[in-house]
Amino acid sequence: MEDLDQFGLDVRDWLDANCPTSQRQPMGREDQYWGGRRGKFPSEDAKVWFERMRDKGWTVPEWPTQYGGGGLTPQQAKLLKNEMKRINARNPIYGLGIWMLGPAVLEYGTEKQKQQHIQAIINGETRWAQGYSEPGAGSDLASLQCKAEDMGDHFLVNGTKIWTTAGDKCDWIFCLVRTDPNVKKQEGISFLLIDMDDPGITTTPIALISGESEFCQTFFDNVKVPKENLIGELNKGWSVAKALLVHERKLMAEIGSDSPRHILQPNAAAREYLEFENGKIADARLRDDLVEYDMLMQAVALTHFRTFEEKANGVRSAAPMAMKYVGTEAEKIKSELLLAIMGSRGVGWEGDNFTPQELDTARLWATSKVMTIAGGSSEIQLNLIAQKVLELPQR
Amino acid sequence: MALVLNEEQRLLQDTAKDFLCKHASVASLRKLRDDHDPIGYDPGLWRQMTEMGWASVILPEAYGGLEFGFLGLGVVLEESGRTLTASPLFASAVVGSSAVLLGGSEEQKELLLPQVASGDLTLALALEESHHHRPTHIATTVKMQGDDFVLNGNKCFVLDGHSADKLIVVARSSGAESDSAGLTLLLVDRDSEGISCHRTIMADSRNAANITFENVIVPGADILGAIDSGWSVLEPVLDRGRVAIAAEMMGCALEAFERTVAYLKEREQFGVLIGSFQALQHRAAHMQSELELCRSVLLQALSTVDDAPEQLPLLASLAKARLNVLVKLVTNEAVQMHGGIGVTDDLEIGFFLKRARVAMQIFGDTGFHKDRYATLCGY
Repeated sequence: MEDLDQFGLDVRDWLDANCPTSQRQPMGREDQYWGGRRGKFPSEDAKVWFERMRDKGWTVPEWPTQYGGGGLTPQQAKLLKNEMKRINARNPIYGLGIWMLGPAVLEYGTEKQKQQHIQAIINGETRWAQGYSEPGAGSDLASLQCKAEDMGDHFLVNGTKIWTTAGDKCDWIFCLVRTDPNVKKQEGISFLLIDMDDPGITTTPIALISGESEFCQTFFDNVKVPKENLIGELNKGWSVAKALLVHERKLMAEIGSDSPRHILQPNAAAREYLEFENGKIADARLRDDLVEYDMLMQAVALTHFRTFEEKANGVRSAAPMAMKYVGTEAEKIKSELLLAIMGSRGVGWEGDNFTPQELDTARLWATSKVMTIAGGSSEIQLNLIAQKVLELPQR
Repeated sequence: MALVLNEEQRLLQDTAKDFLCKHASVASLRKLRDDHDPIGYDPGLWRQMTEMGWASVILPEAYGGLEFGFLGLGVVLEESGRTLTASPLFASAVVGSSAVLLGGSEEQKELLLPQVASGDLTLALALEESHHHRPTHIATTVKMQGDDFVLNGNKCFVLDGHSADKLIVVARSSGAESDSAGLTLLLVDRDSEGISCHRTIMADSRNAANITFENVIVPGADILGAIDSGWSVLEPVLDRGRVAIAAEMMGCALEAFERTVAYLKEREQFGVLIGSFQALQHRAAHMQSELELCRSVLLQALSTVDDAPEQLPLLASLAKARLNVLVKLVTNEAVQMHGGIGVTDDLEIGFFLKRARVAMQIFGDTGFHKDRYATLCGY
């Protein structure tokens, strides 16, 4: 415990000395660094901050030091996160490489794959996309059709992947592909890494109701992929993907806690957009909705803390299984509440008649509808809880 | 602050679960109800519970307590919520002893707390005066008469009021009817002259009473805390009570939920187990998520009592409001998912439904705590 306290003090000193002042300000989306061959640092300070954190291994605090990670224990990593939060330090790099693929390669990859990909993720050299869903395989992911045929010295990939986040900006994509069409659907799937610069790959953005198009569709037309790009065993990709989904759900559940610059909290919005009488919100119905939301968010935040404490203490509970469902549904409640509080100012779409904050609120409201669908819809989450936690009979 | 139980607390939980399942199951409550038991709980059982130290969990060692804190108390209350055990645990050993602990003089603490801990003395808080929890709306008056006090007024929904040895009466010594200032707490023997006490039969078959005070003389030494400043004691006592009843409600909800999930796995209709229907699975999974959220809120509220009392008002209202909503959802769904058998008196699930509704009224319903939480948040 004393060691942990000392570590906390060391971290605090190091952050004080090394985190540039500009990197302690609230950030917008344009301030994020996602790495990759096409990635640009938003500023010189962002570059300095990233490089210092990278050299400590603290962009991936819990990864092993031999591949450039921080080698920290979960408790130390939590401390680091808290200390960063305390000074509002920005996250120096974002990406699916850090959040999803890295953990998969560390767990299932060969030594050669670790050498090739882990360091590149840490250095920010490769930005990764995820290729799971297909137009015909959404909630029923295991029915995916994108196929990889064994051609002896390579796989030949044909098909399409949809909802590839920022697919047009990524360097590599990790895909679930069909490698055996003649067995039960989960058993013929493999986990394959594909270089997006390979010939035969095209990617087009998809316009969403939020007006954004961060999601893409990627087409594979006779793409040759080296055999060494297979992660785990042939036809065992489903297990790898399942292990990764846990990371994805955790991520989706946490997204609400990393609020960018303009995003109003309902509590603050109420002060700006609602009338007060004797210190209380005059509209009793909105006041009731707001307090219900605040209570829900406190319960969600406490449950995040509890799952962490349980993990650190080796206690197993069902709480993590519920967090994707609860967290993303809460975001939808928040967005609807903000619209209700802001009235017609909350539904402005573009132009100078609305503040950037108001416009962001409307866009994020539309985006919140994505979150309960992506990464396994709420209905799929409930199926999983019924199956895995409650062990209810399956049909 | 801890959101996971330590070894000691887990052991206490196992002991409590084991004992209550063996000696104080829902069947015992049914028997008390059907026998029209005049006390409404089993004094022999309460004796055993106190011998195991359950009435002294939160008391400091100096007064014969175990000093296990509220997290320790929480596990016992939760287990007693699972079995719907009727006992003075909440009214006397949590609310009563907290009032003495927070408001009493050293002399009162040394005299009363060990007796409460041993079960030789039971306490009850005489607070409510209307059918809604409004802890500052007190019309019961207390006036000085020489060295004594004189009490006049009516109290209702006094938990364990008909069986407790002493009442802790909230009375107005000054101020207007809804002021928090001007309240005074008094320790009054329940068999004092001028007290008439009527047990009220509640839906949950547990114990409450309406009590009238008519020129009741209370010796000046039996004031709890200072005159006119009873609120500074009463508010934290109520918050402790809210967190404690929330723990009991957690047990009530969990038990009703687990029994329902078990039923979904054994009941067949249309040739299949009804638990295989997605319409029921999603509702069960949603309840599971709500239970997880409430679990975190409850653990935080319990640790707050001991570790961060300045945050207690907010956390107590959060816990009571969230648990009120949870226990209502879960007990309603429990009855519905059991179908026809769920509305029979034979099945115990109805006992959980009824206990839930009474518990929801104790120390503030959902609306009360949402309003309080919003006010504490400044809107």
